Amino acid sequence: MKEQTPLSERIITRSIQVAGYSSIVFVLLILSFLIREGAPAFFEVPLKELTAIRWYPIENYFGILPLILGSLIVTIGAALIAIPAGVGTAIFISEVAPQWLKEILKPLVEVLAGFPSVMLGFLGILIVSPSLRKLLELPTGLTALTGALLLAGIAIPTIVSISEDAMNTVPRSYREAGWAVGATRWQTIWGVTLPAARSGVLMAIILGVGRSIGETMTVMMVTGNAPVLPLKWNSLFSPVRTMTATIASEMGEVATGSTHYHVLFLIGIILFLISLAVNITASAIVLRHPKRAERILS
Amino acid sequence: MNIIEVEHFSLSYSDGTEGLRDITMGIPANQITVMLGPAGGGKSTLMRAINRLNDLADVISMNGRITVDGLDVNDPKTNLVELRRKVGMVFARPVPLPLSIRQNITYGLEVAGVTDKTILAEVVEKTLRDAVLWDEVYDRLNDPGVALSGGQQQRLCIARTLALDPKVILLDEPTSGLDPISTAKIEDSLQMLKQRYTIVLAPHSVQQASRTADFAAFFLQGELIETADGKDLFTRPKDKRTQDYVEGRFG
Repeated sequence: MKEQTPLSERIITRSIQVAGYSSIVFVLLILSFLIREGAPAFFEVPLKELTAIRWYPIENYFGILPLILGSLIVTIGAALIAIPAGVGTAIFISEVAPQWLKEILKPLVEVLAGFPSVMLGFLGILIVSPSLRKLLELPTGLTALTGALLLAGIAIPTIVSISEDAMNTVPRSYREAGWAVGATRWQTIWGVTLPAARSGVLMAIILGVGRSIGETMTVMMVTGNAPVLPLKWNSLFSPVRTMTATIASEMGEVATGSTHYHVLFLIGIILFLISLAVNITASAIVLRHPKRAERILS
Repeated sequence: MNIIEVEHFSLSYSDGTEGLRDITMGIPANQITVMLGPAGGGKSTLMRAINRLNDLADVISMNGRITVDGLDVNDPKTNLVELRRKVGMVFARPVPLPLSIRQNITYGLEVAGVTDKTILAEVVEKTLRDAVLWDEVYDRLNDPGVALSGGQQQRLCIARTLALDPKVILLDEPTSGLDPISTAKIEDSLQMLKQRYTIVLAPHSVQQASRTADFAAFFLQGELIETADGKDLFTRPKDKRTQDYVEGRFG
């Protein structure tokens, strides 16, 4: 007898299929568009000039190195601030804070995670940058450090929220085992709880830092946007320009199809590859095939 | 001689349930004291009161006194870390720390400030032998503790507790998840260990209780029904409820 599937079932299956495939198609379309618009840059600008240190597109200097390094210095600075602060806060919320405080702090952090970044940039221009200028006696407060500080502000809520979840799933019995061998609360957190939540905390860090690499609005507002190669010891305290800020500020006034236009897309491709690498690392950690021992334990 | 004295000890949880009601008993040194009774009887609660792991549970009121070796455990001046080194605990589900086999044993000593490599190595071998695990792991001490089988993990947890050279070892249903052979190994090692340590055991069956007990206490719904030396509790119970339980009529 022929199997009968009701019409409604078939319609539902089809539409879900279409939705699923279309998201793949869209991603591929975006990718192919990026490559189509960015690849010509390789033919129009010699590789030697692309990797030069001068970005001045009006006079045909297309050295993207300062932009890549600008992004890196701001992101690494942000990571150096956000990782200890974020993991520390997560430890506080999960292990130290009393229940009532925990119930206030956790939702608060989650609200912060959804804070529009342009508002953070606004705060940066109005408060962080002038105070940094006064504090460190700099000629301008719009520096790599300002960007790093604010990006850390964007990464911290993500790091806190996800690593707190990870530490919460560590069974109570682990902590009791730590206490039962005479470890203090802090020794137990450091030696038992944190290692047990390792993969979740790592994931939180990668997602948090990943978010700050792609962040545009805040860094454009507060880093000063000077495409200078940040290699001197004091580059942290001088203006830089990131890849994202470059695309956002120049794309609006560039002639479609010009060399400058193609190079901007090339920067987009580089950014895309960095994000891709971060995301692949993150999912490799999360989807890592659990070891035999871990499967038995869980 | 009693090493632990429990005097009129009561405890209730914040959800309104009464954990323990007016318990008075002594736990003799260098013997295996068995606490038996159906689930929810208060065995675990009493054990956790002795090394104060209950501090982190939702306990709202505690009355009475517990002393270990003359030390009042609920005295605010009591050093918790020292108390827990003196009173080791093994849990129902083996919980290896997320460290190697060797580090699982040395962790407690290291946080206590012992760094001498030779001493640590000696302790690792001695405690693993005492816990009847040495022959199975001596060639892979750097493997993660979680890589061991369930029975081996539990013996590792016992070795870890022994490493601190406690006076008392609390075992809360240590063999509940284990196969008969692992269970027998653990029971054997307990018989050997009682010469040096005081052992308090919540067994996972009446059979295990009667096999191991030097002294036995029967708990029911937070009350201590009766205590008796040796096998008396199983052969000549004084209380009807104890008799029903040991004969398997409930629980």
